[in-house]
Order: sequence, then C-alpha cells, then structure tokens
Amino acid sequence: MAGGAQRVYKARIKSTQSLKKIFRARELIAASRIGKARAAAAAAAPYAQAITRAVSAVASHTDVDHPLTREEGGNRAAVLVVSSDAGMAGSYPMAIVREAEKLVGQLTAEGKEVVLYVAGRRAIAYYTFRGREIAKSWSYGSEKPTPEAAQDIAETLLEVFLADEPDGGVSEMHVVSTLFVNMVTQRARVVRMLPLEVVEGVSEADEHEALPLYDFEPSPEAVLDELLPRYVQQRIYAMLLDAAASELAARQRAMHTATDNAEDLIRTYTRLANQARQADITQEISEIVSGADALAS
Amino acid sequence: MAELSVDLVSRDRKVWSGAATQVSAPSADGQIGILANHTPLLAVLRPGTIKVETTSGPAVEAQVTGGFVSVDNNLVTLVVDEISLV
Repeated sequence: MAGGAQRVYKARIKSTQSLKKIFRARELIAASRIGKARAAAAAAAPYAQAITRAVSAVASHTDVDHPLTREEGGNRAAVLVVSSDAGMAGSYPMAIVREAEKLVGQLTAEGKEVVLYVAGRRAIAYYTFRGREIAKSWSYGSEKPTPEAAQDIAETLLEVFLADEPDGGVSEMHVVSTLFVNMVTQRARVVRMLPLEVVEGVSEADEHEALPLYDFEPSPEAVLDELLPRYVQQRIYAMLLDAAASELAARQRAMHTATDNAEDLIRTYTRLANQARQADITQEISEIVSGADALAS
Repeated sequence: MAELSVDLVSRDRKVWSGAATQVSAPSADGQIGILANHTPLLAVLRPGTIKVETTSGPAVEAQVTGGFVSVDNNLVTLVVDEISLV
C-alpha cells in the first residue's frame, strides 16, 4: 500500500541525480579541453603560414603542372568524412553525416562513383550499420588529433589520388568536416581538396609588392614534389584540429543542456514524490480516524 | 652587419624563433650555409642536422627528418617534419 509511489519517485530522483553528475562532469571536461584544442590550432598556424607562402612562391614562378594539381576529369571521387569518436555531442556527428550524404548524392547525380573514407567512430558506425562500403577508416582520438594521424590520412588519400582510376584511384577528393566559427557556431562544410587549386599569390602579404625571384634547390619541380603533399597534409591536420574544437564545443553545449534537463526532471520528480507522500499521509489519517470512529460507535 | 631573422617551425608548433648570424641546413644537394643577405632560396631538406648560430646565447642544433627552408629578405623559415633538439 502506501509508499509504493514514493519509492518509485525516489529511485528516479536518485538515478537522475547520478546522470546529472555525469553530464556535468562531461561538460566540464569538454570545457577544459576546448582551450587545449584551440591552442593546438594556434600552435600549428606558423607552419600553415610558412607552407602556404612557399607554395604560392613556387606557383608564381613556375608553370605549375603537377599530378596533384591536374584535373583528370575521371568519374571516381573520394570523400573523407571527419567525424567524432565519442558521442554525447548533441547533433555534431549527425550534422557531419548529413552533409556527407548530401555531397555523396550530388556526386552520384553527376555520374561519379564515390569512395568513402571515414575518420571517427561515430561516422564509421553510421556507415557500417547501413552496410555501406568504407574504403578505409581511422579512429585516431578525434578530440586530440596528432600530426601523425593527419599524415596517415593524407598519405592514404594522396596515394589513392595519384593512382590511375582502373587501379582503384580517384580523380577528385572532397573533405567533409566542421568549421569552428566560435563557441556557439560550428558549421559542417565541404572542401574540395584535390586536385589542388593553386591560386597565384595565395594569401600573399600586400606589403611585399612582388615575391622575390627564388633559387630552387634542387629544382622547382622537386621542391613542388616535396611541398604539395605537405601542403595537403597540413590542410588535413588543420581540419582535424578545427573538427576537434568543434566537437568539444558541441559536447559542452549538449552536456550543459542535458544537465539543465536533469535538474528540471529532478524538480518535477521531487514535486511528485511530495505529492505522493502527502496523499499517503492523508490516507493514513483518514484510515485512523475512520477506524477510531468505528470503535467509538 | 645585417642579421637573419629565423623561424623554426614543425607541424604542430613553433620550435624556435629569433635572430641569428648564420644558419646551416641539410639541403637536398648538400649542407648549405645561409648568411645575411642571402639570395632568395627555396630548398628541400633531407634528414640531417640544422644549426642556427644565434646572435645571443648558444647555437641551436636539431636533428630533422625532412622539410624545406625558405630564405627571403633575411627572413629564414625552416619548416621541418619531425625535429629533436640536440
């Protein structure tokens, strides 16, 4: 009899409270890691600058004709999907997959065969569950990408891009990742990585009227051979870092909302538990009173 | 005498930056020395030792696995893959 409803509500309050603790902890963890992720992105910036400058220096001096910049016009396309390893980040993993699916649909409509490359366990799970073929996947610790992980991804993709189509190569490569705009805005976006479009004088500082006439050692072609793969690798690394910051920001927000929801639930259940207790007491009193009445009469 | 302004960067961080009198790096064609007012250069590095003679303090020496060096207007940028300071 009395106490049944109360016990149920108490149990629910208790489990919601422990959930709330978990959410809160994950929110704080994400908040503390986001600073590190952004610092890593800032630390990688000098390298990015140096390499972009060097690439534009070569590009403005030589006729760039490199396998990595050549439009092959084939009909196989690689798509790299950069997602997260862990969940609990709200809509973050799904937003990426949605964007990727849109791109895949678009490429298929153009009559291209799409080869999927997937980074991050969430996206891997999405595609394997649907029985889609994944050419290669990585789960590299998406919160804290290393240059080595970026190198591995870049090397695989470059190899595929440089291979001929009959041998399983592709003629273009797109990356779907998340752009970290600020703490509240992160946008899923698609970038066509290969073939590279080297725009002459890319991001060149204005105060330098013209780039100096460089000596290339051993030769402009050899320098380009070394530079472009590094450029691609750096771009991928930058994207991984951006995705990591976005993932953490999304997680922090999602966990904050979850904590708030847990608090709301606890409040509701507490009210219900109080009500149940009052109802029990009222019932007991009326039972005692009616029992006493019965004896008195 | 003019000085070189040197930036030594690896993939994930800026390793060293400052003024120097001479930089020595393992280019593809052999160890090259860079002094002030060097002609603009873009060279591929092979694995070897980078040495930067700083204007103040001891020389910076490091083992690198590859990368490239660009020299422009007394600004030397050493971009390396993997680096371990000696």
